[in-house]
Amino acid sequence: MRFAVALAQIRPVLGDVSRNLARHLEVIAQAAEQGADLIVFPELSLTGYYLEDLVPDVAFELARSEVVAALREASARHRVDVAFGGVEVAEDFRFFNSAVYVSQGEIVHVHRKLYLPTYGMFDEGRYLAAGDVVRAFDTRLGRMGMLICEDMWHPSSVYLLAQDGARILLCLSAGPGRGVRGETRLGSVEAWETITRSAAQAYMIYVVYVNRVGFEDGAVFSGGSVIVDPFGRPTVSAPLLDEAVLMGEVDVEEIRRARTVYPLLRDERLDLVLRELRRIYVRRYHLSPYDEGV
Amino acid sequence: MMKASDLGPGHAFDAFNPALAAELLVRFIREEVTKVGFERGVLGLSGGVDSAVVAHLTARALGPENTYAVLMPYRTSDPTSVSDAQAVAEQLGIRTLLVEITPMVEAYFERFPDADRIRRGNVMARMRMVILYDLSAALRALVIGTSNKTELLVGYGTIYGDMAAAMWPLGDLYKTEVRQLAEYLGVPERIRRKPPTADLWVGQSDEEELGITYDVLDAILVELVDRRLTVEALVRNGYDEALVRRVAEMVRRSHFKRRTPLCPKISPRSIGHDFRYKRDWGS
Repeated sequence: MRFAVALAQIRPVLGDVSRNLARHLEVIAQAAEQGADLIVFPELSLTGYYLEDLVPDVAFELARSEVVAALREASARHRVDVAFGGVEVAEDFRFFNSAVYVSQGEIVHVHRKLYLPTYGMFDEGRYLAAGDVVRAFDTRLGRMGMLICEDMWHPSSVYLLAQDGARILLCLSAGPGRGVRGETRLGSVEAWETITRSAAQAYMIYVVYVNRVGFEDGAVFSGGSVIVDPFGRPTVSAPLLDEAVLMGEVDVEEIRRARTVYPLLRDERLDLVLRELRRIYVRRYHLSPYDEGV
Repeated sequence: MMKASDLGPGHAFDAFNPALAAELLVRFIREEVTKVGFERGVLGLSGGVDSAVVAHLTARALGPENTYAVLMPYRTSDPTSVSDAQAVAEQLGIRTLLVEITPMVEAYFERFPDADRIRRGNVMARMRMVILYDLSAALRALVIGTSNKTELLVGYGTIYGDMAAAMWPLGDLYKTEVRQLAEYLGVPERIRRKPPTADLWVGQSDEEELGITYDVLDAILVELVDRRLTVEALVRNGYDEALVRRVAEMVRRSHFKRRTPLCPKISPRSIGHDFRYKRDWGS
Protein backbone atom coordinates (compact mmCIF):
# COMPACT_ATOMS: atom_id res chain seq x y z
CA MET A 1 0.00 0.00 0.00
CA ARG A 2 1.08 3.51 -0.76
CA PHE A 3 -0.38 6.71 0.55
CA ALA A 4 0.29 10.42 0.27
CA VAL A 5 1.33 12.48 3.28
CA ALA A 6 1.23 16.26 3.51
CA LEU A 7 3.69 17.92 5.87
CA ALA A 8 1.98 21.08 7.09
CA GLN A 9 4.94 23.22 8.11
CA ILE A 10 2.93 26.19 9.33
CA ARG A 11 3.50 29.27 11.48
CA PRO A 12 0.92 29.20 14.29
CA VAL A 13 -0.14 32.46 15.92
CA LEU A 14 0.60 32.47 19.66
CA GLY A 15 -2.61 32.08 21.61
CA ASP A 16 -5.05 32.70 18.73
CA VAL A 17 -6.85 29.38 18.33
CA SER A 18 -9.51 30.62 15.91
CA ARG A 19 -6.94 32.01 13.47
CA ASN A 20 -4.92 28.81 13.75
CA LEU A 21 -7.99 26.67 13.22
CA ALA A 22 -8.82 28.65 10.07
CA ARG A 23 -5.28 28.01 8.83
CA HIS A 24 -5.64 24.27 9.57
CA LEU A 25 -8.89 24.07 7.61
CA GLU A 26 -7.32 25.95 4.70
CA VAL A 27 -4.28 23.63 4.61
CA ILE A 28 -6.48 20.53 4.94
CA ALA A 29 -8.63 21.60 1.98
CA GLN A 30 -5.55 22.44 -0.09
CA ALA A 31 -3.65 19.22 0.73
CA ALA A 32 -6.75 17.05 0.24
CA GLU A 33 -7.19 18.67 -3.16
CA GLN A 34 -3.64 17.58 -3.99
CA GLY A 35 -4.48 14.01 -3.02
CA ALA A 36 -3.18 13.78 0.55
CA ASP A 37 -4.37 10.79 2.58
CA LEU A 38 -2.78 12.09 5.78
CA ILE A 39 -1.93 15.63 6.85
CA VAL A 40 0.47 16.14 9.74
CA PHE A 41 0.69 19.46 11.59
CA PRO A 42 3.39 20.50 14.09
CA GLU A 43 3.36 20.41 17.87
CA LEU A 44 0.82 22.81 19.43
CA SER A 45 -0.29 23.73 15.93
CA LEU A 46 -3.60 25.14 17.22
CA THR A 47 -2.07 27.33 19.89
CA GLY A 48 1.56 28.32 19.32
CA TYR A 49 4.39 27.24 21.59
CA TYR A 50 5.39 29.69 24.35
CA LEU A 51 1.96 29.70 25.96
CA GLU A 52 2.90 30.21 29.61
CA ASP A 53 -0.22 31.54 31.36
CA LEU A 54 -2.26 31.19 28.16
CA VAL A 55 -2.40 27.42 28.70
CA PRO A 56 -5.85 27.33 30.37
CA ASP A 57 -7.25 29.84 27.84
CA VAL A 58 -6.36 27.79 24.76
CA ALA A 59 -7.06 24.31 26.15
CA PHE A 60 -9.75 22.08 24.68
CA GLU A 61 -11.80 19.26 26.15
CA LEU A 62 -11.51 16.56 23.52
CA ALA A 63 -15.12 15.44 23.67
CA ARG A 64 -16.72 18.88 23.83
CA SER A 65 -14.41 21.16 21.85
CA GLU A 66 -15.85 22.88 18.79
CA VAL A 67 -12.31 23.28 17.46
CA VAL A 68 -11.67 19.54 17.63
CA ALA A 69 -15.12 18.93 16.14
CA ALA A 70 -14.29 21.21 13.21
CA LEU A 71 -11.13 19.22 12.50
CA ARG A 72 -12.98 15.93 12.82
CA GLU A 73 -15.59 17.22 10.43
CA ALA A 74 -12.89 18.36 7.97
CA SER A 75 -11.29 14.89 8.08
CA ALA A 76 -14.65 13.35 7.14
CA ARG A 77 -15.55 15.92 4.48
CA HIS A 78 -12.16 15.77 2.73
CA ARG A 79 -11.62 12.04 3.36
CA VAL A 80 -8.22 12.66 4.86
CA ASP A 81 -6.60 11.73 8.17
CA VAL A 82 -5.23 14.62 10.21
CA ALA A 83 -2.71 14.78 13.05
CA PHE A 84 -2.60 18.10 14.89
CA GLY A 85 -1.35 19.51 18.17
CA GLY A 86 -2.93 21.47 20.97
CA VAL A 87 -3.45 21.76 24.71
CA GLU A 88 -5.83 19.18 26.10
CA VAL A 89 -7.50 19.63 29.47
CA ALA A 90 -8.30 16.34 31.15
CA GLU A 91 -11.27 15.59 33.38
CA ASP A 92 -9.09 16.13 36.42
CA PHE A 93 -8.14 19.57 35.00
CA ARG A 94 -4.56 18.70 34.21
CA PHE A 95 -3.31 20.25 30.98
CA PHE A 96 -1.42 18.19 28.42
CA ASN A 97 0.59 19.01 25.32
CA SER A 98 -1.26 16.58 23.07
CA ALA A 99 -1.18 15.25 19.53
CA VAL A 100 -4.55 14.16 18.17
CA TYR A 101 -5.11 11.82 15.22
CA VAL A 102 -8.52 12.10 13.55
CA SER A 103 -9.90 10.05 10.68
CA GLN A 104 -13.32 9.90 9.04
CA GLY A 105 -14.77 12.22 11.66
CA GLU A 106 -13.49 10.24 14.66
CA ILE A 107 -10.65 10.66 17.11
CA VAL A 108 -8.45 7.62 16.58
CA HIS A 109 -5.67 8.36 19.05
CA VAL A 110 -4.36 10.98 21.45
CA HIS A 111 -0.74 11.13 22.51
CA ARG A 112 0.15 13.24 25.53
CA LYS A 113 3.73 14.50 25.45
CA LEU A 114 5.82 12.32 27.72
CA TYR A 115 8.87 14.49 28.25
CA LEU A 116 8.28 18.17 28.98
CA PRO A 117 11.54 20.07 28.51
CA THR A 118 12.00 22.36 31.49
CA TYR A 119 15.51 23.70 31.14
CA GLY A 120 17.34 26.34 29.14
CA MET A 121 14.85 28.08 26.87
CA PHE A 122 12.04 25.66 27.77
CA ASP A 123 9.58 25.83 30.66
CA GLU A 124 6.86 23.31 29.79
CA GLY A 125 6.88 21.49 33.12
CA ARG A 126 5.72 24.66 34.88
CA TYR A 127 2.49 24.79 32.92
CA LEU A 128 1.75 21.29 31.69
CA ALA A 129 1.38 17.72 32.96
CA ALA A 130 3.40 14.90 31.39
CA GLY A 131 1.65 11.99 29.72
CA ASP A 132 2.59 8.51 30.85
CA VAL A 133 1.37 6.28 28.06
CA VAL A 134 3.09 5.54 24.76
CA ARG A 135 1.14 3.26 22.42
CA ALA A 136 1.07 2.41 18.76
CA PHE A 137 -2.40 2.62 17.20
CA ASP A 138 -4.15 1.24 14.14
CA THR A 139 -5.36 3.53 11.38
CA ARG A 140 -6.85 2.91 7.95
CA LEU A 141 -3.31 3.66 6.66
CA GLY A 142 -1.51 1.18 8.90
CA ARG A 143 -0.20 1.02 12.44
CA MET A 144 1.34 4.25 13.61
CA GLY A 145 2.86 5.94 16.61
CA MET A 146 2.95 9.61 17.54
CA LEU A 147 5.58 11.49 19.51
CA ILE A 148 5.96 15.16 20.30
CA CYS A 149 9.33 16.88 19.88
CA GLU A 150 11.31 16.20 23.10
CA ASP A 151 9.83 12.66 23.26
CA MET A 152 11.98 11.86 20.26
CA TRP A 153 15.16 12.75 22.18
CA HIS A 154 14.43 9.80 24.45
CA PRO A 155 15.21 6.80 22.24
CA SER A 156 13.13 4.59 24.54
CA SER A 157 9.97 6.29 23.17
CA VAL A 158 10.78 5.26 19.61
CA TYR A 159 11.89 1.81 20.77
CA LEU A 160 8.58 1.18 22.55
CA LEU A 161 6.49 2.33 19.59
CA ALA A 162 8.50 0.19 17.18
CA GLN A 163 8.14 -2.86 19.43
CA ASP A 164 4.42 -2.08 19.68
CA GLY A 165 4.18 -2.46 15.93
CA ALA A 166 4.28 1.12 14.65
CA ARG A 167 5.31 1.26 11.00
CA ILE A 168 4.94 4.97 10.65
CA LEU A 169 6.13 7.36 13.32
CA LEU A 170 4.66 10.85 13.30
CA CYS A 171 6.73 13.38 15.20
CA LEU A 172 4.99 16.71 15.77
CA SER A 173 7.56 19.30 16.70
CA ALA A 174 8.11 22.91 17.72
CA GLY A 175 11.87 22.76 17.54
CA PRO A 176 13.69 26.08 17.99
CA GLY A 177 16.71 26.73 15.79
CA ARG A 178 19.93 27.72 17.47
CA GLY A 179 23.65 27.54 16.95
CA VAL A 180 25.29 29.79 14.36
CA ARG A 181 28.79 29.00 15.52
CA GLY A 182 30.83 26.03 14.45
CA GLU A 183 28.38 24.64 11.92
CA THR A 184 27.57 25.33 8.33
CA ARG A 185 23.88 25.18 9.23
CA LEU A 186 21.84 25.61 12.38
CA GLY A 187 23.22 23.20 14.96
CA SER A 188 19.74 22.17 16.08
CA VAL A 189 18.73 21.28 12.50
CA GLU A 190 21.67 18.90 12.15
CA ALA A 191 20.73 17.25 15.44
CA TRP A 192 17.19 16.61 14.21
CA GLU A 193 18.49 15.12 10.96
CA THR A 194 20.60 12.66 12.95
CA ILE A 195 17.73 11.72 15.25
CA THR A 196 15.07 11.23 12.59
CA ARG A 197 17.37 9.25 10.29
CA SER A 198 18.70 6.99 13.01
CA ALA A 199 15.18 6.30 14.32
CA ALA A 200 13.98 5.28 10.86
CA GLN A 201 17.06 3.20 10.17
CA ALA A 202 17.19 1.43 13.53
CA TYR A 203 13.58 0.25 13.41
CA MET A 204 12.88 0.14 9.66
CA ILE A 205 9.99 2.55 10.04
CA TYR A 206 8.89 5.70 8.25
CA VAL A 207 9.52 8.83 10.27
CA VAL A 208 7.30 11.76 9.39
CA TYR A 209 8.79 14.77 11.16
CA VAL A 210 6.85 18.03 11.01
CA ASN A 211 8.40 21.10 12.60
CA ARG A 212 6.83 24.55 12.74
CA VAL A 213 8.34 27.84 11.58
CA GLY A 214 8.08 31.45 12.70
CA PHE A 215 9.32 33.54 15.62
CA GLU A 216 7.92 33.82 19.13
CA ASP A 217 9.55 36.55 21.22
CA GLY A 218 12.79 36.25 19.27
CA ALA A 219 13.03 32.45 19.34
CA VAL A 220 12.94 30.98 15.82
CA PHE A 221 11.37 27.66 14.92
CA SER A 222 13.40 26.17 12.15
CA GLY A 223 11.11 23.99 10.03
CA GLY A 224 13.00 21.39 8.01
CA SER A 225 10.12 18.91 8.10
CA VAL A 226 11.02 15.62 6.47
CA ILE A 227 9.89 12.12 5.61
CA VAL A 228 12.61 9.55 6.25
CA ASP A 229 12.15 6.13 4.69
CA PRO A 230 12.81 2.80 6.49
CA PHE A 231 16.38 2.77 5.13
CA GLY A 232 17.06 6.09 6.87
CA ARG A 233 16.94 8.16 3.66
CA PRO A 234 15.07 11.46 3.56
CA THR A 235 12.58 11.30 0.69
CA VAL A 236 11.13 14.80 0.88
CA SER A 237 12.43 17.74 2.86
CA ALA A 238 10.69 21.05 3.49
CA PRO A 239 12.73 24.25 3.46
CA LEU A 240 14.15 25.71 6.63
CA LEU A 241 12.39 28.71 8.20
CA ASP A 242 9.62 29.16 5.58
CA GLU A 243 6.03 27.99 5.68
CA ALA A 244 5.41 25.06 3.33
CA VAL A 245 2.89 22.34 2.66
CA LEU A 246 4.91 19.53 1.21
CA MET A 247 3.61 16.33 -0.32
CA GLY A 248 5.42 13.05 0.19
CA GLU A 249 4.69 9.35 0.12
CA VAL A 250 4.73 6.37 2.43
CA ASP A 251 5.17 3.04 0.67
CA VAL A 252 4.60 -0.02 2.85
CA GLU A 253 6.56 -2.08 0.33
CA GLU A 254 9.66 -0.13 1.40
CA ILE A 255 9.09 -1.25 5.00
CA ARG A 256 8.89 -4.87 3.84
CA ARG A 257 12.08 -4.47 1.81
CA ALA A 258 13.96 -2.80 4.65
CA ARG A 259 12.90 -5.44 7.13
CA THR A 260 13.88 -8.22 4.73
CA VAL A 261 17.34 -6.77 4.24
CA TYR A 262 17.77 -5.86 7.90
CA PRO A 263 15.67 -8.23 10.06
CA LEU A 264 16.61 -6.33 13.20
CA LEU A 265 13.09 -6.23 14.62
CA ARG A 266 12.85 -9.99 14.19
CA ASP A 267 16.05 -10.36 16.20
CA GLU A 268 15.06 -7.93 18.92
CA ARG A 269 15.12 -9.59 22.35
CA LEU A 270 12.36 -8.16 24.50
CA ASP A 271 13.02 -10.78 27.20
CA LEU A 272 16.61 -9.66 27.50
CA VAL A 273 15.61 -6.00 27.62
CA LEU A 274 12.93 -6.65 30.23
CA ARG A 275 15.25 -8.74 32.42
CA GLU A 276 18.03 -6.20 32.36
CA LEU A 277 15.69 -3.26 32.79
CA ARG A 278 14.10 -4.93 35.78
CA ARG A 279 17.53 -5.44 37.35
CA ILE A 280 18.47 -1.80 36.71
CA TYR A 281 15.10 -0.63 37.94
CA VAL A 282 15.40 -2.55 41.23
CA ARG A 283 18.85 -1.09 41.83
CA ARG A 284 17.95 2.46 40.78
CA TYR A 285 14.93 2.68 43.11
CA HIS A 286 16.39 0.53 45.93
CA LEU A 287 13.57 -1.99 45.66
CA SER A 288 13.52 -5.39 47.29
CA PRO A 289 12.47 -8.54 45.43
CA TYR A 290 9.29 -8.51 47.53
CA ASP A 291 8.15 -5.09 46.27
CA GLU A 292 5.12 -4.98 44.05
CA GLY A 293 5.88 -5.26 40.35
CA VAL A 294 9.43 -6.57 40.78
CA MET B 1 45.62 45.15 27.91
CA MET B 2 45.64 41.51 26.87
CA LYS B 3 45.14 40.54 23.28
CA ALA B 4 43.23 37.51 22.01
CA SER B 5 46.49 36.18 20.57
CA ASP B 6 47.84 35.88 24.13
CA LEU B 7 45.21 33.33 24.93
CA GLY B 8 46.35 30.52 22.70
CA PRO B 9 44.23 28.51 20.30
CA GLY B 10 40.56 27.68 20.73
CA HIS B 11 39.30 31.16 21.49
CA ALA B 12 38.79 32.49 18.01
CA PHE B 13 35.39 33.09 16.47
CA ASP B 14 36.40 31.63 13.12
CA ALA B 15 33.46 29.22 13.15
CA PHE B 16 30.84 31.98 13.35
CA ASN B 17 28.61 31.81 10.29
CA PRO B 18 27.71 35.38 9.27
CA ALA B 19 25.54 34.36 6.30
CA LEU B 20 23.33 32.22 8.51
CA ALA B 21 23.22 34.86 11.25
CA ALA B 22 22.23 37.52 8.69
CA GLU B 23 19.42 35.36 7.35
CA LEU B 24 18.04 34.67 10.82
CA LEU B 25 18.29 38.29 11.94
CA VAL B 26 16.64 39.66 8.78
CA ARG B 27 13.76 37.24 9.30
CA PHE B 28 13.65 38.15 12.99
CA ILE B 29 13.26 41.87 12.23
CA ARG B 30 10.74 41.35 9.44
CA GLU B 31 8.52 38.99 11.38
CA GLU B 32 8.66 40.71 14.77
CA VAL B 33 7.97 44.14 13.20
CA THR B 34 5.20 43.14 10.82
CA LYS B 35 3.27 40.77 13.05
CA VAL B 36 2.52 43.53 15.54
CA GLY B 37 1.11 45.65 12.73
CA PHE B 38 4.07 47.79 11.69
CA GLU B 39 5.87 48.10 8.37
CA ARG B 40 8.64 50.51 9.24
CA GLY B 41 11.69 50.67 11.46
CA VAL B 42 13.56 53.66 12.83
CA LEU B 43 17.09 53.55 14.24
CA GLY B 44 19.84 55.84 15.38
CA LEU B 45 22.70 55.74 12.87
CA SER B 46 25.95 56.83 14.51
CA GLY B 47 28.62 56.09 11.95
CA GLY B 48 29.79 53.11 13.99
CA VAL B 49 29.74 49.46 13.05
CA ASP B 50 26.78 48.32 15.20
CA SER B 51 24.23 50.76 13.84
CA ALA B 52 25.60 50.27 10.30
CA VAL B 53 24.90 46.53 10.63
CA VAL B 54 21.41 47.15 12.04
CA ALA B 55 20.71 49.55 9.15
CA HIS B 56 21.75 46.85 6.65
CA LEU B 57 19.64 44.18 8.33
CA THR B 58 16.60 46.46 8.67
CA ALA B 59 16.83 47.60 5.06
CA ARG B 60 16.92 43.97 3.96
CA ALA B 61 14.07 43.03 6.28
CA LEU B 62 11.66 45.90 5.67
CA GLY B 63 12.98 47.50 2.50
CA PRO B 64 15.07 50.70 2.30
CA GLU B 65 11.91 52.77 1.84
CA ASN B 66 10.67 51.58 5.24
CA THR B 67 13.96 52.11 7.06
CA TYR B 68 14.50 55.48 8.75
CA ALA B 69 17.98 56.31 10.00
CA VAL B 70 18.24 59.23 12.39
CA LEU B 71 21.61 61.00 12.68
CA MET B 72 21.80 62.72 16.07
CA PRO B 73 25.17 64.39 16.51
CA TYR B 74 26.22 66.48 19.50
CA ARG B 75 28.62 69.38 19.14
CA THR B 76 31.51 67.26 20.48
CA SER B 77 30.75 64.28 18.23
CA ASP B 78 33.49 63.39 15.80
CA PRO B 79 32.58 65.14 12.49
CA THR B 80 33.37 61.96 10.56
CA SER B 81 30.56 60.21 12.46
CA VAL B 82 27.90 62.05 10.46
CA SER B 83 29.69 61.60 7.14
CA ASP B 84 30.23 57.88 7.81
CA ALA B 85 26.57 57.47 8.76
CA GLN B 86 25.54 59.29 5.59
CA ALA B 87 27.76 56.99 3.54
CA VAL B 88 25.99 53.93 5.01
CA ALA B 89 22.56 55.46 4.35
CA GLU B 90 23.49 56.30 0.75
CA GLN B 91 24.86 52.81 0.17
CA LEU B 92 21.54 51.35 1.34
CA GLY B 93 19.16 53.94 -0.08
CA ILE B 94 17.43 54.29 3.28
CA ARG B 95 15.75 57.47 4.50
CA THR B 96 17.67 59.77 6.81
CA LEU B 97 16.86 62.58 9.22
CA LEU B 98 19.46 64.81 10.84
CA VAL B 99 18.45 65.97 14.32
CA GLU B 100 21.15 67.85 16.25
CA ILE B 101 20.84 67.14 19.96
CA THR B 102 23.13 70.01 21.02
CA PRO B 103 20.44 72.66 21.70
CA MET B 104 18.28 70.26 23.72
CA VAL B 105 21.16 68.91 25.77
CA GLU B 106 22.58 72.41 26.40
CA ALA B 107 19.17 73.68 27.46
CA TYR B 108 18.90 70.92 30.01
CA PHE B 109 22.37 71.47 31.48
CA GLU B 110 21.76 75.19 31.96
CA ARG B 111 19.90 73.92 35.04
CA PHE B 112 22.81 71.63 36.08
CA PRO B 113 25.95 73.34 34.77
CA ASP B 114 28.28 71.31 37.01
CA ALA B 115 27.11 67.88 35.82
CA ASP B 116 29.99 65.49 35.17
CA ARG B 117 30.56 63.77 31.86
CA ILE B 118 28.82 60.56 32.92
CA ARG B 119 25.63 62.51 33.52
CA ARG B 120 26.12 64.41 30.28
CA GLY B 121 26.68 61.18 28.36
CA ASN B 122 23.55 59.61 29.84
CA VAL B 123 21.44 62.65 28.99
CA MET B 124 22.74 62.62 25.40
CA ALA B 125 21.86 58.94 25.08
CA ARG B 126 18.42 59.59 26.55
CA MET B 127 17.83 62.65 24.37
CA ARG B 128 18.41 60.39 21.38
CA MET B 129 15.89 57.96 22.86
CA VAL B 130 13.34 60.80 23.15
CA ILE B 131 13.85 61.64 19.47
CA LEU B 132 13.67 58.02 18.28
CA TYR B 133 10.49 57.34 20.23
CA ASP B 134 8.91 60.60 19.06
CA LEU B 135 9.72 59.69 15.47
CA SER B 136 8.48 56.16 16.15
CA ALA B 137 5.03 57.65 16.76
CA ALA B 138 5.33 60.20 13.93
CA LEU B 139 6.46 57.64 11.35
CA ARG B 140 4.59 54.64 12.73
CA ALA B 141 7.92 52.86 12.89
CA LEU B 142 9.28 50.54 15.57
CA VAL B 143 12.57 51.53 17.22
CA ILE B 144 15.22 49.01 16.21
CA GLY B 145 17.97 48.97 18.85
CA THR B 146 21.66 48.64 18.11
CA SER B 147 22.95 47.15 21.39
CA ASN B 148 25.09 44.03 21.04
CA LYS B 149 25.51 41.06 23.38
CA THR B 150 28.88 42.21 24.71
CA GLU B 151 27.72 45.64 25.84
CA LEU B 152 24.40 44.29 27.12
CA LEU B 153 26.19 41.68 29.22
CA VAL B 154 28.70 44.05 30.79
CA GLY B 155 26.19 46.90 31.08
CA TYR B 156 28.06 49.27 28.79
CA GLY B 157 24.96 51.20 27.78
CA THR B 158 22.51 53.73 29.17
CA ILE B 159 19.31 52.25 30.53
CA TYR B 160 16.34 54.03 28.88
CA GLY B 161 18.90 55.64 26.59
CA ASP B 162 20.64 53.73 23.81
CA MET B 163 19.26 50.52 25.36
CA ALA B 164 15.67 51.64 24.76
CA ALA B 165 14.21 49.81 21.75
CA ALA B 166 11.44 47.49 20.63
CA MET B 167 14.04 44.86 19.79
CA TRP B 168 17.79 44.26 19.77
CA PRO B 169 18.66 42.40 16.55
CA LEU B 170 22.32 42.25 17.64
CA GLY B 171 21.48 41.29 21.22
CA ASP B 172 22.73 37.72 20.73
CA LEU B 173 25.90 38.64 18.83
CA TYR B 174 29.18 39.53 20.47
CA LYS B 175 31.02 42.61 19.22
CA THR B 176 33.60 40.47 17.43
CA GLU B 177 30.76 38.67 15.65
CA VAL B 178 29.11 41.96 14.73
CA ARG B 179 32.37 42.92 13.01
CA GLN B 180 32.33 39.70 10.99
CA LEU B 181 28.69 40.23 10.12
CA ALA B 182 29.57 43.79 9.04
CA GLU B 183 32.20 42.47 6.67
CA TYR B 184 29.78 39.91 5.24
CA LEU B 185 27.10 42.60 4.71
CA GLY B 186 29.54 44.95 2.99
CA VAL B 187 29.82 47.67 5.62
CA PRO B 188 32.73 49.88 4.48
CA GLU B 189 36.09 48.89 5.92
CA ARG B 190 36.63 52.40 7.29
CA ILE B 191 33.64 51.96 9.59
CA ARG B 192 34.59 48.43 10.56
CA ARG B 193 38.10 49.48 11.52
CA LYS B 194 37.21 52.50 13.67
CA PRO B 195 37.95 52.12 17.36
CA PRO B 196 34.55 51.47 19.00
CA THR B 197 33.22 54.52 20.82
CA ALA B 198 30.02 55.79 22.40
CA ASP B 199 31.10 59.16 20.88
CA LEU B 200 29.72 61.08 23.86
CA TRP B 201 32.89 63.14 24.21
CA VAL B 202 36.00 63.68 22.13
CA GLY B 203 38.39 60.77 22.11
CA GLN B 204 36.10 58.41 24.10
CA SER B 205 36.97 54.74 23.56
CA ASP B 206 34.97 51.68 24.64
CA GLU B 207 38.04 49.57 25.13
CA GLU B 208 39.83 52.21 27.25
CA GLU B 209 36.77 52.76 29.41
CA LEU B 210 36.21 49.04 29.86
CA GLY B 211 39.93 48.44 30.36
CA ILE B 212 39.89 45.42 28.08
CA THR B 213 39.81 44.77 24.34
CA TYR B 214 36.66 43.38 22.77
CA ASP B 215 38.62 40.34 21.59
CA VAL B 216 39.52 39.36 25.14
CA LEU B 217 36.21 40.45 26.65
CA ASP B 218 34.22 38.40 24.15
CA ALA B 219 36.42 35.36 24.67
CA ILE B 220 35.85 35.55 28.43
CA LEU B 221 32.10 36.10 28.04
CA VAL B 222 31.76 33.12 25.70
CA GLU B 223 33.45 30.92 28.29
CA LEU B 224 31.46 32.25 31.25
CA VAL B 225 28.04 32.76 29.69
CA ASP B 226 27.69 30.46 26.69
CA ARG B 227 29.96 27.61 27.75
CA ARG B 228 29.18 27.98 31.48
CA LEU B 229 32.78 27.54 32.58
CA THR B 230 33.65 28.61 36.12
CA VAL B 231 36.04 31.45 36.88
CA GLU B 232 38.43 28.81 38.27
CA ALA B 233 38.36 26.87 35.01
CA LEU B 234 39.15 30.02 33.03
CA VAL B 235 42.09 30.75 35.31
CA ARG B 236 43.34 27.18 34.81
CA ASN B 237 43.06 27.80 31.06
CA GLY B 238 45.44 30.73 31.38
CA TYR B 239 43.20 33.78 31.84
CA ASP B 240 44.15 36.46 34.31
CA GLU B 241 42.10 35.86 37.45
CA ALA B 242 41.53 39.51 38.36
CA LEU B 243 40.37 40.26 34.83
CA VAL B 244 37.94 37.34 34.72
CA ARG B 245 36.52 38.26 38.13
CA ARG B 246 36.09 41.86 37.01
CA VAL B 247 34.18 40.77 33.90
CA ALA B 248 31.96 38.41 35.93
CA GLU B 249 31.26 41.26 38.35
CA MET B 250 30.36 43.65 35.52
CA VAL B 251 27.79 41.11 34.30
CA ARG B 252 26.27 40.72 37.76
CA ARG B 253 26.19 44.41 38.66
CA SER B 254 24.55 45.43 35.38
CA HIS B 255 21.83 42.80 35.48
CA PHE B 256 19.23 45.38 36.56
CA LYS B 257 19.60 47.05 33.17
CA ARG B 258 18.51 43.90 31.38
CA ARG B 259 15.35 43.42 33.44
CA THR B 260 12.05 45.25 33.72
CA PRO B 261 11.65 47.34 36.90
CA LEU B 262 11.03 45.53 40.18
CA CYS B 263 7.39 45.13 41.10
CA PRO B 264 6.23 44.04 44.56
CA LYS B 265 4.37 40.79 45.01
CA ILE B 266 1.42 41.54 47.28
CA SER B 267 -1.64 40.52 45.23
CA PRO B 268 -2.74 37.09 43.96
CA ARG B 269 -1.26 37.72 40.51
CA SER B 270 1.52 40.19 39.99
CA ILE B 271 3.36 41.61 37.02
CA GLY B 272 6.89 40.26 36.85
CA HIS B 273 6.08 37.32 39.13
CA ASP B 274 3.18 35.12 38.14
CA PHE B 275 1.44 37.00 35.34
CA ARG B 276 3.37 35.37 32.53
CA TYR B 277 2.78 35.99 28.86
CA LYS B 278 5.12 36.47 25.95
CA ARG B 279 5.22 39.81 24.15
CA ASP B 280 4.01 38.02 21.04
CA TRP B 281 0.79 37.04 22.85
CA GLY B 282 -1.89 36.91 20.12
CA SER B 283 0.39 37.83 17.22
